[in-house]
Amino acid sequence: MTTALLPSDAPSPVAPTPKSAGGGLGRYLVVRFLLIFPTIFILVTLVFLLMRTVGDPITAAQGGRLTADQLQERIHAAGYDRPIIVQYLEYLGQVFTGNFGTTISDNRPVTEVLLTYGGATLELAFYALIVAFLVGIPLGLVAAAFRDRVPDAVLRVFAILCYATPVFFAGMLLKLVFSVWLQWLPVAGRASTRTELAMQTLDGKTGIYLVDAIALGSPAAIGDVLSHAVLPGIALGLLTAGVFLRLVRTNVIGTLGTDYVDAARSRGVRESRLVRTHAYKPALIPIITVIGLQIALLLGGAVLTETTFEWKGLGFQLAAYLAARDFVAVQGIVALLAVIVAVTNFIVDVIAALIDPRVRY
Amino acid sequence: MASLLSRLPVLKQLRQSVGLQRGMLVTGLVITGVFVLVAVFAPAIAPYGFAQLRGADGPFGAQQPPSAEHIMGTTVGGYDVYSRVLWGAQTAVLVILVAVVCSIFVGILLGLVSGYLGGWLDRVLVVIGDAIYAFPSLLLAIVLSIVISGGQSSLWGGILAAALSITVVFIPQYYRVIRAETIRIKAEPYVESAKMLGASPLRIMFRHVLRNATRTLPVIFTLNSSEALLTLAGLGFLGFGIEPTAAAEWGYDLNKALSDVTSGIWWTALYPGLAIVLAVLGITLVGESLNDLADPRLRGRKRVKARSGAVSMTSVDTTLPSDLEIRQENA
Amino acid sequence: MNPAESVVEIDDLSVSFATDHGAVKAVDGVSLRVARGEVLAIVGESGSGKTVTAKSILGLLPETATTGGAVLLSSRSGDAVNDVVALDGARLRAVRGSDVAMVFQEPSSALNPVFTVGWQIAEGLRAHRRLSRAEAKREAVEILRTVGIPDPEVRVNHYPHQFSGGQKQRVVIAAALVLGPGLIVADEPTTALDVTVQAEILDLLRRLRDEFGTAIVLITHNMGVVADLADRVAVMFQGEVVEQAEAHALFAHPQHDYTKRLLAAVPRLGAGRLVAHDRVAPDARGRAEPAGRPVVEASGLVIDYPGRLGRRGFRAVDEVSFRIGAGEVLGLVGESGSGKTTIGRAIGGLTRITGGSLRVLGHEMLGFSERRFKPARADIGFVFQDPAASFNPLLTIAEAVAEPLVIHGRAASPAAARPRVDELLEAVQLPKGYGDRYPHELSGGQRQRASLARGLALDPTLLIADEPTSALDVSVQARVLELFAELQHDLGFAALFISHDLAVVDLLADRIAVLHRGRLVEEGPGAEVLERPRHEYTRRLIASLPVPDPVEQAQRRAALAALG
Repeated sequence: MTTALLPSDAPSPVAPTPKSAGGGLGRYLVVRFLLIFPTIFILVTLVFLLMRTVGDPITAAQGGRLTADQLQERIHAAGYDRPIIVQYLEYLGQVFTGNFGTTISDNRPVTEVLLTYGGATLELAFYALIVAFLVGIPLGLVAAAFRDRVPDAVLRVFAILCYATPVFFAGMLLKLVFSVWLQWLPVAGRASTRTELAMQTLDGKTGIYLVDAIALGSPAAIGDVLSHAVLPGIALGLLTAGVFLRLVRTNVIGTLGTDYVDAARSRGVRESRLVRTHAYKPALIPIITVIGLQIALLLGGAVLTETTFEWKGLGFQLAAYLAARDFVAVQGIVALLAVIVAVTNFIVDVIAALIDPRVRY
Repeated sequence: MASLLSRLPVLKQLRQSVGLQRGMLVTGLVITGVFVLVAVFAPAIAPYGFAQLRGADGPFGAQQPPSAEHIMGTTVGGYDVYSRVLWGAQTAVLVILVAVVCSIFVGILLGLVSGYLGGWLDRVLVVIGDAIYAFPSLLLAIVLSIVISGGQSSLWGGILAAALSITVVFIPQYYRVIRAETIRIKAEPYVESAKMLGASPLRIMFRHVLRNATRTLPVIFTLNSSEALLTLAGLGFLGFGIEPTAAAEWGYDLNKALSDVTSGIWWTALYPGLAIVLAVLGITLVGESLNDLADPRLRGRKRVKARSGAVSMTSVDTTLPSDLEIRQENA
Repeated sequence: MNPAESVVEIDDLSVSFATDHGAVKAVDGVSLRVARGEVLAIVGESGSGKTVTAKSILGLLPETATTGGAVLLSSRSGDAVNDVVALDGARLRAVRGSDVAMVFQEPSSALNPVFTVGWQIAEGLRAHRRLSRAEAKREAVEILRTVGIPDPEVRVNHYPHQFSGGQKQRVVIAAALVLGPGLIVADEPTTALDVTVQAEILDLLRRLRDEFGTAIVLITHNMGVVADLADRVAVMFQGEVVEQAEAHALFAHPQHDYTKRLLAAVPRLGAGRLVAHDRVAPDARGRAEPAGRPVVEASGLVIDYPGRLGRRGFRAVDEVSFRIGAGEVLGLVGESGSGKTTIGRAIGGLTRITGGSLRVLGHEMLGFSERRFKPARADIGFVFQDPAASFNPLLTIAEAVAEPLVIHGRAASPAAARPRVDELLEAVQLPKGYGDRYPHELSGGQRQRASLARGLALDPTLLIADEPTSALDVSVQARVLELFAELQHDLGFAALFISHDLAVVDLLADRIAVLHRGRLVEEGPGAEVLERPRHEYTRRLIASLPVPDPVEQAQRRAALAALG
């Protein structure tokens, strides 16, 4: 639940701001791009060192099940008895070439785990972001326009409730009401078995069910996939929506107090337009930067949502590996997520820079 | 004493607040107060122990619906839901305290030194802090709880594991805030003037920067407390919490209630979940209100009647149009 | 005059604000009227209610304000009169922009950074008239041309940050002018600008009145600006209008005591020489030609700010040479970006110099070492520009003034330093009891006097004052300057007095140095620099400075026009 409500929702202090970089957009993009690497390096190193303080992964995963000799043999075979620095350098080299290791419990390359399950998480994140944008941004604008009046207070409490409700609890409540009591929507999973079987036959399937169902051309399949997505999408989306709502409200209130909004008002521009246009667009730049940081919140939430809804994505798989004490898999997935987070934040910062005319020209 | 009380951060803001903002702050304070009281008096209020499986009339039984003996029913493991909800407050408060107190000190110190001195140390710390900051804290907390406790937990082992893993995740947050404030304050004329006088860096850091940089801490403290609570619950839900025999923990109970929901058993999930929501809601309401009140732009004010108020001749820190900056010189 | 001839009539206007400390009345029973094509200046210091009065003409007060009375605004054609105070949303919007428009103090913040200037001008048009995008743009181009933006066809598509400060203010004026309102409210339209740019903007406003017949309500604290532009003047004090008169009459025969005091407090160019002459005691005058080594000596001083991330650096100070003798006051004058503050900071050891030589009290600042310089710090006092920010808000005034004494070991603790602190506070004419107050409990002028006390605590040989009065009101400024002069006379310290205001520098300085874009263009005794400026830039600077006398100002304006 990273950093959702910190008061200084400020952009990262390390990332050069487009203005401080000077020399225009090109230089900023290069500097910002290069910054991806130390970030990944630090996280990968941190995770590696932390996981190794527990001991070697083989003992952790299979300690009870094997004899001491068998264990020793396996450890030696995997190279875990070499000095830690050698293992570390080897690991760095592997990560650099895109090899995040092989799981112990089911002996699959971590990258393959990503390819198999990444699509599902991506799909879930996509649904959640749609909910978050559709709910968070308009309501944030409304709250800012009605600041300190009743609609504002109601919306703010709503935002805090969104944030205060753990996604898994929200998920369980939604399930209870809509799946168990009302029986409108499926309880769990990403699609019914029939749809999944139908999609198996598809050539070049993406693992993103919505895309596959559309490729299948079956309205029933599309409906089935979407009905499975509603509850997880809302559960995860509302969490982020609360954060967006608050973010939009605060930033728009900030820009509403500026001279240029007053100046536009003095030209006879309508209040609703002041909020939607004059206050919103300048506020958008810091908002986008912070939304980048919410990727972390979304990923953390995805792990919990997937577990709640048996949504077989990376998060669900991570929880399964955790239960199996398969720390190579955990380390691999976490390191991979670090790469994803670093790259996403880069993209978000680039978008923010491109929106800002002070950087473009 | 009265003047001392009035300088406590929350009380001052309570007096400052008006209307809806005051309503939010008071609601938050009441909920948080109840939460803390429940935590303190849980042993006295709870009808049963958190790990108690049988009463005078034998075992409680699993998944019993709410009844006179068990007003919130029993769990799949046969515990009394009501008692575990109450005891859970205790665990939550302990974890919050340990986590926030640990991270606050380390974070402030690092932020102050790094922001004030700058240079390569600052750059390295910033890159590290940012990398951690941008990463899902729940995942990091999972990794850390594996490291700290290996997953198995006694009461204090579990609390410390949860608290410390949250601590490490939070340090970058305090670090960022304090560092940013330090850098801002470093450029203030009063710090420049201390430099010009030849004050040593240590003197400047602690006499001039530190106290001014930590003004926003009550806000961060409350907001981080709610995050700590949610992270703890998340850890518990994923099975990295505290064993049910060691302490009551809401996230763990929700994890066990996951399959109950499918069969329509609602009481095992609803009550611990509501407890989390209420506790986080209360703390967050306090934090948000403090945040608003600290920021003049966001602070609401009472409306006044026309022609009321004296033309003020006192020099006060107003946040009005510059024209109203009020002075005594002309008097 | 009948009402139809006035664009706006303010009748018994009162405005109150809700604050943290209860209700505060900002405007109290103000009645004013502005005729067509007339420039009415509302003059007053901070807290006088002038900006609030101006904003209430457009109904632009914040939600915390409550308004009473009436503001009767006529439309351009004169056939409709609206009471702005009573108007609601849609009708208020219809009036704003078409009947009355506003020009703001800070042009960079009055323009939305993420929209082109053309878009912002067109937006006002489209809020009132049904126009196609292309038509609106065409009108925007025209109005930009009118306010003197070169290449308006191209510039219309530019963003605000691509314009200079003066050009931005022209754009703001264009946006106000585009619907042809009968009245423009200009709130301190030149305060954020350098004097040379100020003169151009004042010319533009004069053209609006003369060519378009636009009436202007000019809000300002600067009597020079009033003398330059206003037809009529209303003086406000503590929420009330204390005097209203034709501009010439007001300057020639002020009636109200406050007006008289205000006019007397305005520093006038040329008045300084007399004062300076009186001030310098015979023995000090001897010191002004020091036999010993100078307190500060710069030769070929260069200060570069390094560029970040490989960007080219910026040269703030370029080959500057000057000296300050013992007991001498050097006035350093320049506009924004001239490098004057940088030089002050370098002398104080806050900014490293990158080339040439700068000797401060015998210490060479090239290759600066904090440890070696520290003893010298006891001999350097300083006063910063912003009195609000130069005190740690958590320390009392006494603790802050004691800081230098404690740091340099003259006192063991702030408490032990108290007798000396009280002495200092008395020297700057602050009541002793003020030592126990916190900075926010003092007014701006009081804080600046406390700041002076802190600067003088160690009886320094050199005092650096960076724009010490520019954040203060004129009447307060006058008293702080007076105090400064007295103390300098009594204590005989040398001083570097940095200011953008020639008239202020003239009051205090023995010698004046003029900086322009990092270069020293002229340096010499005050009288010489001001009366016989050799450099063209100095001449323009002097000519641009408006003087508080409409007759003289009209002549100066002609002279400036002649300079080109």
